Amino acid sequence: MINLFKIAALAAAVGLSSPALAGLAYVSNEKDNTLSVIDTDTLEVVDTIEVGARPRGILLSKDHTKLYICASDDDTVQVMDLATRKIIDTLPSGEDPEQFALHPNNRHLYIANEDDAIVTVVDVQTKDVLAQIDVGVEPEGMAVSPDGKWAVNTSETSSMLHWINTETFEIEKNTVVGQRPRHVEFTKDSKIAWASAEIGGTVHIFDVDTIEEIKQIDFQIKGVPQDRVQPVGIQLTSDGKHAFVALGPSNHVAVVDTQTYEVLEYLLVGARVWQLALDKDEKFLYTTNGVSGDVSVIDVEELKVIKSIKVGRYPWGVVIDPTS
Amino acid sequence: MDLKGRLLFASTLCGWLLTPMSAAALDVKIGYIHWVPDQGPVLSNVTPEPEDAGLRGAELGIADNNATGRFLDQNYSLESAMASDQDAAMAALDDMLEAGIELFVTRVPADTVRAMAKQAGDKALMFNAGASDDDLRISECQPNVLHTIPSYAMLTDALAQWLTMRRWKEVLLITGPTDQDKAWAEAFRRASKRFGLEIMADKAWTFDSDLRRTASKELPAFTQAGDYDAVVVADVRGDFGEYVPFNTWLPRPVVGTQGMGPEAWHRVIEAWGAAQLQNRFRELAGREMNSEDYAAWAAVRSVGTAVTALSNAGHSAVREHLFSEDFQLAAFKGRKLTYRPWNGQLRQPIPLVHPQGLVATPPLEGFLHPESELDTLGYDKPESDCRIN
Repeated sequence: MINLFKIAALAAAVGLSSPALAGLAYVSNEKDNTLSVIDTDTLEVVDTIEVGARPRGILLSKDHTKLYICASDDDTVQVMDLATRKIIDTLPSGEDPEQFALHPNNRHLYIANEDDAIVTVVDVQTKDVLAQIDVGVEPEGMAVSPDGKWAVNTSETSSMLHWINTETFEIEKNTVVGQRPRHVEFTKDSKIAWASAEIGGTVHIFDVDTIEEIKQIDFQIKGVPQDRVQPVGIQLTSDGKHAFVALGPSNHVAVVDTQTYEVLEYLLVGARVWQLALDKDEKFLYTTNGVSGDVSVIDVEELKVIKSIKVGRYPWGVVIDPTS
Repeated sequence: MDLKGRLLFASTLCGWLLTPMSAAALDVKIGYIHWVPDQGPVLSNVTPEPEDAGLRGAELGIADNNATGRFLDQNYSLESAMASDQDAAMAALDDMLEAGIELFVTRVPADTVRAMAKQAGDKALMFNAGASDDDLRISECQPNVLHTIPSYAMLTDALAQWLTMRRWKEVLLITGPTDQDKAWAEAFRRASKRFGLEIMADKAWTFDSDLRRTASKELPAFTQAGDYDAVVVADVRGDFGEYVPFNTWLPRPVVGTQGMGPEAWHRVIEAWGAAQLQNRFRELAGREMNSEDYAAWAAVRSVGTAVTALSNAGHSAVREHLFSEDFQLAAFKGRKLTYRPWNGQLRQPIPLVHPQGLVATPPLEGFLHPESELDTLGYDKPESDCRIN
């Protein structure tokens, strides 16, 4: 009887999530082993899905039918079917996967294995491990350039960006940045890469052609001690105007002019803001706030925080399904 | 030739000699010297401190440095000596200096730190990862000694901030008989004045009976001292302190060296990526990482961070970089760590822990400082006579 009820409830939930009705954001809750599903129209949590242990990095397949989840303490990457919200498969990921990035070919998944100082490349179709690449201590951030040429990994304790050639799976260059680099984001044209350094308190801008640093951005927030200003997640608007940088325990998101690299504004969000995601129209930016256990929603046009949404404990990653 | 000229000459010479090699690889050798005097017998059934506490942290630091170094053609190695007395420790230092090592991590008592600093002179840079004595930070600083282990003042300031924040302002202090106990208690007395606590009673522990038989009888009587909010225990080696919790006259929490207290590091710390450091350490050492391991690790990582930035492992270049604006150590405590220029102490948050959990991580919000909140812990510049730079 109870089971029947559960199935009915699930069916109802699945029905609600059908693409025509609402946009959906997925948030991984590191300490709850769940994903929260947020309806982006009502800005409310509509479902909570149990997943593997210590879910951190999450990303969508290029066709938006699947969600990949780094279940760090289960040493696996889980594959969730978005239509049914069920885990349908797991991928060999190496130990302690934290963040990953999918090549535009929709097949090569680059996974940072934090405990093992390697990057594992997996073909998501065949589940073959194509390469394991030695990188620095505590590999964390992963990004693949939109043109598919470069995979960049950040190693937190080595304070480096490792530039991996996606044809040979070999490191072509290592660049030293500020302490504890966390995240890399490419511009849409793959010409510029942004990298955040959490303890360094800096964001480093790289020219991708030459792999040289062209600019370093510092942040100062009035009334916040400088050592609390810790850049983590980065999002770039596709119109090439703005960058948003999550500044960790300063509880602010910086808005940066991507032409002049000037910081335009600091927006107050929840406690220890970690990762960011823009919705399809880039009207709203979602931030995961690890310590306060909520998601802040920022109106991109107005540059204002319009809502905070309670999710699970230690929300880590956030993605928004553009087809929903 | 003045000293500066000589240094310049020496570094030019080294640079010239190394040029053909440095393109290929930079070898960085760090000496680790360990001597811990016998603590004597203790009453409690304490978990003994691992004999390699400190050494394993240094080894992990070397592994971390090499993981970075292999991309830069830098190769780090550790030369370690586990000495049985001060003479053996000094002899190990001489041998290593002779062998050309100029960067050292020591886990030795304060007296040995002083002797070693004198012996090494301007030939080496040393990191004290064992002695918490405040004298080394306020009156007897050495230009060639940095400290990665927190001082007693930093530890007790952290505790006092927390007691103040909880408004448990009236405390009973119980101090053991050893010099370390007295130094810890003295630091706490200073902290209590700094943060406005009142030590209602200041009692010396003098009993020498076996408390496993009599704790329930002795301690309730011993802890009758008015209406205190908390009991603070200063028992560094863990002799009697474990018997204080639950045996106090009043139902009050016990903090300090036992119960809940300040540590440089503890296995319950997991935020700010610490879980990864704990995992790496567990894999290397087969046990949990403690404060001494952390201090040695932080010292070796400081060297690694400097050498990565400089591509030079000379002790004076490393020292200069460690005190420069460019240096910051990412050390899993949620903020960048730097060295205090006046006394060489590594600034760091101090976790307050009980055996199974983290309680708080001072500096706590609201304790302000014009330069760095981290300088609310320990002797601040105006309170220290030292000016090593």
